[in-house]
Formats: sequence, C-alpha cells, structure tokens
Amino acid sequence: MSFDVPDDLTYLESHEWTTTDDPTVRIGITDFAQDELGDVVFVELPAVGDEIEAGSAFGVVESIKAVSDLYAPISGEVTAVNEELFDQPELVNDDPFGDGWMLEVAPSDEAAFDGLLSPDEYRDQIA
Amino acid sequence: MIYDQARYTEGNKHEPLLSEKDDTTVAVDETDSPLPDELTRDELTLPGLSEPEIARHYTRLSQMNWSIDSGPYPLGSCTMKYNPKFTEDVAADPNAAIHPDRSASSAQGNLGVLYGLQEYLATIGGMDAVTLQPPAGAAGEFTGILVAKAYHDHHGNDRSEVIIPASAHGTNFATAAMAGYDVVELPSDEGGRVDLEALKAAVSEETAALMLTNPNTVGLFERDIVEIAETVHEAGGLLYYDGANLNALLGRGRPGDMGFDIMHYNVHKTFATPHGGGGPGAGPVGVVDELSEFLPSPRVRETDDGDYERFDPDHSIGKVHGFAGNWLVLIKAYAYIARLGDEGLADASAKAVLNANYLAEQLEMDVPYGPFHHEFAATAGDRDAADVAKRMLDFGVHPPTTKWPEMVPEAMLTEPTEIENCRTLDQLAEAFNNAYSDTDEAIETAPSRTTASRIDQVSAARNPRLSWQALDE
Repeated sequence: MSFDVPDDLTYLESHEWTTTDDPTVRIGITDFAQDELGDVVFVELPAVGDEIEAGSAFGVVESIKAVSDLYAPISGEVTAVNEELFDQPELVNDDPFGDGWMLEVAPSDEAAFDGLLSPDEYRDQIA
Repeated sequence: MIYDQARYTEGNKHEPLLSEKDDTTVAVDETDSPLPDELTRDELTLPGLSEPEIARHYTRLSQMNWSIDSGPYPLGSCTMKYNPKFTEDVAADPNAAIHPDRSASSAQGNLGVLYGLQEYLATIGGMDAVTLQPPAGAAGEFTGILVAKAYHDHHGNDRSEVIIPASAHGTNFATAAMAGYDVVELPSDEGGRVDLEALKAAVSEETAALMLTNPNTVGLFERDIVEIAETVHEAGGLLYYDGANLNALLGRGRPGDMGFDIMHYNVHKTFATPHGGGGPGAGPVGVVDELSEFLPSPRVRETDDGDYERFDPDHSIGKVHGFAGNWLVLIKAYAYIARLGDEGLADASAKAVLNANYLAEQLEMDVPYGPFHHEFAATAGDRDAADVAKRMLDFGVHPPTTKWPEMVPEAMLTEPTEIENCRTLDQLAEAFNNAYSDTDEAIETAPSRTTASRIDQVSAARNPRLSWQALDE
C-alpha cells in the first residue's frame, strides 16, 4: 500500500507533518498515521494561546484501536485550533493533510525545523 | 452445535432498564434536610416492580450475556477458568464476614487464612514474602515496581529505566511509566523469544528492572531465562515476573528458582477466582528476602506462640489498598489451592498445556510460533481476525483474543485452559474452522445468532448514547 506524502511538507518520525510557512505553521498527522490508527473517534488539542514545545506531546488522538500522543515538531504559541475535529474527528481519516489539520503555531525559534524529516526521508521511514 | 442466544425485545430495545419498565414516583419528605434546596428533591422515581419481575430481568440479562458458565471461553492470556462453586460457599460462610478493623485476637481464623495464602503463594512462586493487598493484576505490577524502586532508592541507586519485551502485556509499559521510569522496549528474536544480544546491549547502570512474562504471550517458554537473569542481575537490575501465564508452570517450575526477584499472581487467572468484569480482584505480589521489608503494609505473620498478627514491614511503601486486600477474593483463591493440593495444581498445568496443543492440532489455521505451552497465537492469514472471531460467536463459543500480540499477523491468541474436556475442545475447533473457512459475506456481517449483532464501534465511540442521558430524552 502506498501512502500520500506531499512534497511541500516536513515530517516527524512520530508521523506528524508541519508546514514551514512564515509566520505561522500548520500541523497535523500523516496519511500513514491515520491508516495505522484506523477510525479516529476523538482528538484532544491545546487551546489558542497555549505554548507547545518541540518533541513534547501537545495532544491526543484516539481511534477504535489505540490512543496516541501527538508530538510537536516545533516550539511556539498556538494561534489556531481546528475545532471542526471535535465534532468530526473522521476528518483526520478523510483528509489528513487538508481538512484534518490540527494546529496553527507561531514558531518561537527560527532554527526550529532542524532535525525534522524531508518527504524522501519520511517515505524511507514508512517504506 | 446449534446455537441461538436469548433475545428479549420490547420495541427496538433489548430487555428495558428497570426504570423504563416502571416509573413509579414516590414523594420524599425532605423538610428536615440540612442541605440547601437546590441539592434536594421532593420526589424520586423508584421502579415499583414485583420480585418475579426483578428476578426475570436479571436472569434475562444473564441469558443475553456470555460467561464461562455458558460455554468455552478461550481468551488468550486471560486464563478464563471455570470458577468452582464451592469457593462461593466458602466466601459466603458467615464466619468469613468479619469487619477488617477487628482486633487480631478476635480474628485469628481469618488472619490464619491470609497467612496460609501468603505461604501457599510463596511456595508456588518460589518467593520468600508475599503481600495480598493489591486489588488486581495491574495493581500488583505497579506495587511490584514500586517495591523495586524503593529498594533501589534505599541503596542509593538512582536508576531510570525498565526494560520490557515488545511482546509484553500493555500493562507492563503503563506500570513502568506510572512508576516514573523510562521504558526500553526489547525486540523479540526470530523464534519469538527475548533476544539475548539485544538484552545485553540494553542493560546498563540505569536498568532498574526487566519485566518478563514466562511463558511469554505466544506461549513460548523463555529457555534462556537463567542467562537473562544473570545479565540483568550483573547490571544491578531486578527481574520482575508477570504472573499472567503462571498457569502453565504450576507445580512444574517456579519463577523464584529461575532468578526472578519480584512477581505478581493473578488469582483470577491461575487460582480460578472470578475475573469480575472490573469488580474486586486480587493481584498478590511475592518478593525475595531482600525486598520483603519494602512490601505494602500490613502483612500477616505467625508469632512464636503460633498466633497470627498484622505487622508493618520496616521500609514499607505504604498501603496500595484498604486493609488486607480484597478478602472475599483471597479466600476463594485459598480454597481453590487447598482443594487442589500439590498434585491437583501440577495436574492443572499439565492439562492446560495438553489442551492448548490438542486444540491447535485440530485447527486449519497456521500457528507460527512453537512449541508452545498453555496458549498459542494462530494466524487468520489474509482474513480479518476480528471478523473470524465475530463469526465464531455464532457457533456457541467465545472467540479468542484477537490481533494481539502484534508479532503474529491477524493473531488469534487462544488459551482453552485445563477445564475443557476433549468433546468441548472438538466443538471449539469446529467453531474455529467453520468461521475461518466461511464466506467473506458471512464473516463480515457476523454475528447473527447472538442477542446483539455486529456493533458499530466507530459510531459507538463517536456518538455514544449514554443510558442516563437516554432516560431523559
């Protein structure tokens, strides 16, 4: 089975994706991650204004199979939360890189993306 | 076997709730209540039902359910043994029902039973000291790891890691994390056992303990256990035995003799007390001598005069449950062990292993890992293990544990235990084979002969219909 890995995103080993836009980035979980989890039934996210820290858990995604922590690709302040997911967690399954996005964050560190995976590196990881 | 589960349906509901059957309202006299008005009620709904109506309600619920008294229940790693009814009589004996705050001098019989059970379990596990206090297997694990932590702290060793094989029960990982340790996951070797080289690479002066289940979760005996124990001990770590699969070893091998320092006993598995469905259980913990002073308090000991008394171990981690633990569960375990005796317990493990191997031989499915002991992980191959399991329900048996452990694709982890005879094992094998070879349509829509058909897990999780809310609708 092949999974969608868009070329314009940056990835974490723990299967989150992030944009690298300025001034805010958008974060979610990958196509591979949503497939592994199965039907997502609940998503717990921080509130706007909360600080998240690179490498630390910022939320929880729950499927009928498992409960998993969500890890932050960068440190920064949450500027937007996809509240649609609270009523429609299935968006994470249906459109993980689009309507299933989770957070928008203003990075606090410009070198923040060092150490994350390129699309090719992530493709190798899930191959 | 022809099987159809009972159905009692009114409208679109199976057997309505008592409060749906009758909503008699009674006035409540609350004039003398010291509580503010907003916290009190003037009337209360109390179903006004006759005794036969209530008896039938609960009987119907039990008929629409499944239990070990209904038929085979080969749920792997859960050891679903039949609960002999004589243990219920023992627990119901009025002499067993005494207040736990009674003085030791007026509760000698009960303390004697607790002491006797501590001694039985110590002998069975090859341990030196036992606490009966933890109220469940997972609580036993947590207690055991807290004891390990107290031991290391007491000796000034600040260790940060617990090593756990990938095939271990999920509770092991949770236990280590809750006790504040970092988890180091150990891969299995090709044969499905602990990879000794990986273990040697993983141990260090940070290793507080290795948690191990033996036989492991696919029923394989860890043959290198002596070398595993030496490796962990040389690094200054402790060896923790998860008692989930002790039923395979009863009277045949003892964790203490293998080098384990701490273990828990699942009395609801190995010693036939009820699993309880989340109700009261017991997960006693045994330790070697040098860890005994850290066990929870109180424990029970015999005095020089032959009396029994409660005491607090010197460096006890404190209480993990009230009083002596769940007494009514413990007394059933004591009764079971006393009734079976040495020969009976050894016979139980022999038959548990024989039954698992006989059943596996009858199955058309592959069993990738072996030779195994009391349980085996068959694979449903290119079929969905959950679908096959649901179809098995239609043949009058409970299915095995599915999709775990993950080292076996589409696993069906099966443990018939010693309680089933050949006729029942054949019936079980037939259910496995019928379901496994059935059409895609049949297994994807199964079960059809049970009270409730296929549960829509996704809708249930996304839009739960809670009974207390439903009643208000």
